Amino acid sequence: MKKFARLFIALLLVCIMTIGAAAAEITVGIVNNPPSESGYREANVKDFEAVFSSENGYTAKTFYSLKNDEQLSAAQQFITDGVDYLLISAAETTGWDAVLASAEENGIPVFLFDRMIDCDESLYAAAVVSDMANQGKLAVEWLIAQNLTEYKIIHIQGAMGSDAQIGRTGALDKQVAENDNWTIVVQQTATWDEAEAKKIVESVINSKEDFNIIYAENDGMARGAVAALDDAGITHGVNGKVIVIGFDCNRWALREVLAGTWNYDGQCSPFQAQVISDMIKILEEGGTIETKLVISEEKGFDAATITQADIDQYGLGE
Amino acid sequence: MKRFASKIKWSKYTQLLKTKWSKYTQLLKTKWSKYTQLLKTKWSKYAQLLKAKGRKHAQLLVPLLSILLIAVFNLLRDPSFFSVEISKNNLDNPVLTGNLISILNGASELAVISMGMTLVTAACGGQDISVGALGTIAASVFVKILRDGQITAGTIVLAFLACCAAAMVFGAFNGTLVSVFKIQPMIATLVLFTCGRSVAYWINGGATPTIESPLINAVGSFIPGCPVPTPILIVIAVGLLLGALLRFTTLGLYTQTVGINQRAARLNGINPTLIKLASFLVLGLCCAVAGCISASRLGLINHETMLQEIEMDAILAVAIGGNALGGGKFRITGSVLGAYAIQALTITLYAMKVPSTDVKAYKAIVIIIIVVISSPVVKQAISRLWAKVKENSQKKKEVAA
Repeated sequence: MKKFARLFIALLLVCIMTIGAAAAEITVGIVNNPPSESGYREANVKDFEAVFSSENGYTAKTFYSLKNDEQLSAAQQFITDGVDYLLISAAETTGWDAVLASAEENGIPVFLFDRMIDCDESLYAAAVVSDMANQGKLAVEWLIAQNLTEYKIIHIQGAMGSDAQIGRTGALDKQVAENDNWTIVVQQTATWDEAEAKKIVESVINSKEDFNIIYAENDGMARGAVAALDDAGITHGVNGKVIVIGFDCNRWALREVLAGTWNYDGQCSPFQAQVISDMIKILEEGGTIETKLVISEEKGFDAATITQADIDQYGLGE
Repeated sequence: MKRFASKIKWSKYTQLLKTKWSKYTQLLKTKWSKYTQLLKTKWSKYAQLLKAKGRKHAQLLVPLLSILLIAVFNLLRDPSFFSVEISKNNLDNPVLTGNLISILNGASELAVISMGMTLVTAACGGQDISVGALGTIAASVFVKILRDGQITAGTIVLAFLACCAAAMVFGAFNGTLVSVFKIQPMIATLVLFTCGRSVAYWINGGATPTIESPLINAVGSFIPGCPVPTPILIVIAVGLLLGALLRFTTLGLYTQTVGINQRAARLNGINPTLIKLASFLVLGLCCAVAGCISASRLGLINHETMLQEIEMDAILAVAIGGNALGGGKFRITGSVLGAYAIQALTITLYAMKVPSTDVKAYKAIVIIIIVVISSPVVKQAISRLWAKVKENSQKKKEVAA
């Protein structure tokens, strides 16, 4: 009898929840990385909170973790809870097939944002992602446009194997391999750590090797590299000896670009929520999504052309 | 006749000379033997002293050896590795540059934290794995206060004191779990290890807040006019303070006693709970100092990457320093030397341009070598071998005699 009562209560709860979900609001389950991860993620989380708010007719359930297995169980929980849509930025690209299949069985459309997942295209409704390789390509194209006679590069990489590292390294490696006047003085990972980036550049300066470009795969590491240049009395930025390139467009980094102490900052857009919201509206009205893969439009900011308005619009953090 | 007389005279003289000579030689001999005796006793005294001191300092052999190993390797590889120069930085101040300076400067955070880690290890027989997170929380408090007001020397001191207080609160949290609730240190500190960086993020509420001021620059890199990087000076100051604390109070002795035998310590009127708690408080202060150095270096705090994996390096520094990881006897100097050895290894790998993907593997190989050499099994084998060699040479001597 007791067991039956429990089952009954559980069923009742499920019914209440589904009824609640069926009411006017659209329920979305958002699985993301925690905002403390980076300036990028902070902006990303804020963007989703703003778009999927109750004012816009949504009920958002969120789960943040850097660990894939925790994300997986959270996504499964959201499916069990009966959300209408599932939005995922996966910590790792693999291991998601079972969860996505279960979402499909339950008729829950899945949207991937920020990062791709290694799975069959049929398992998700659409993916709105950044193209890290394109960010690297834009930066390299900007470098080519500078028309230097020689490119001697200190390349500071992010955590090896991460999406951003692979994408941003790829374009540069290709260009260096194909051109004789492009050489890599040193290529080393600082695992996104600013202090480590400073040590790497210091070691190059101590070895007295010549270089004229610093290609750091995020803003923090570029800042560390610049600190090493400052300590050694090497000029940088516009009219300086060394060209400084960073990525992510933190607001403080864009201010450095505006001041001319850095030369270029590549954007990594965290604003995918609106695009996904628009797609959900289409589905709600019974339409279909035509393009499955949407790549966020991203650009780079050059010290010569950047304006305060750019910083206000595209800068992340404060 | 005349000739005869002269002969007698001659013989007299020679006689006299002979007796006198023998007297002198006698005297000389006795004196000599006295001197040698004296020298011998003195020498044996010195030797004894030297041996005793050697035993006392033997612990430093491993870290010194590992530093020497890395130094010799670099000397063979590229002697210019050691060059130190004075140049001008972009603010037009004279500054020291060179790999040696990079090592001393870069190891500052690790050196300070491994000092505190040594005390915790000695008292509790376990390690604190939350030091990176704790340092980040402290730095976060430091940055938060500086961002809320204007950055002046006064506010920097205030922010530093506040961050010390915060670090001590969290240190006391760890310490209470370990000393009062008797939880294994690694498990107790796992709590803060897991959630510490999130706490640091909540304090500031932004992913990479920045603080910019020439004063922060002076704390994190160079004081105008002083060519030595400030973090090196801070490490010296902390080392002296801690050294004085151990020298002029009974904290060191009590810590060691608690680490060796907690019950015996209690029977002798020492409160183990208090001593363990004190070690965590000191470690908390060390983390606060390290956090402030780290945040001031670049005027930026990234909660996820600041003092990344420093807990493992600090434990390694304590181990390389020859301290028993199970508690008891300890030498802070050893740990600090261990910290510099680790940093020297990193900088060497950077100077050698080891590919990014291989760095950790190379580091692991060298660490395996150092740790195996300092392991008790190898130490015993070496001392046994040494005893055998001694015995053999003695036997040979006996045979020759």
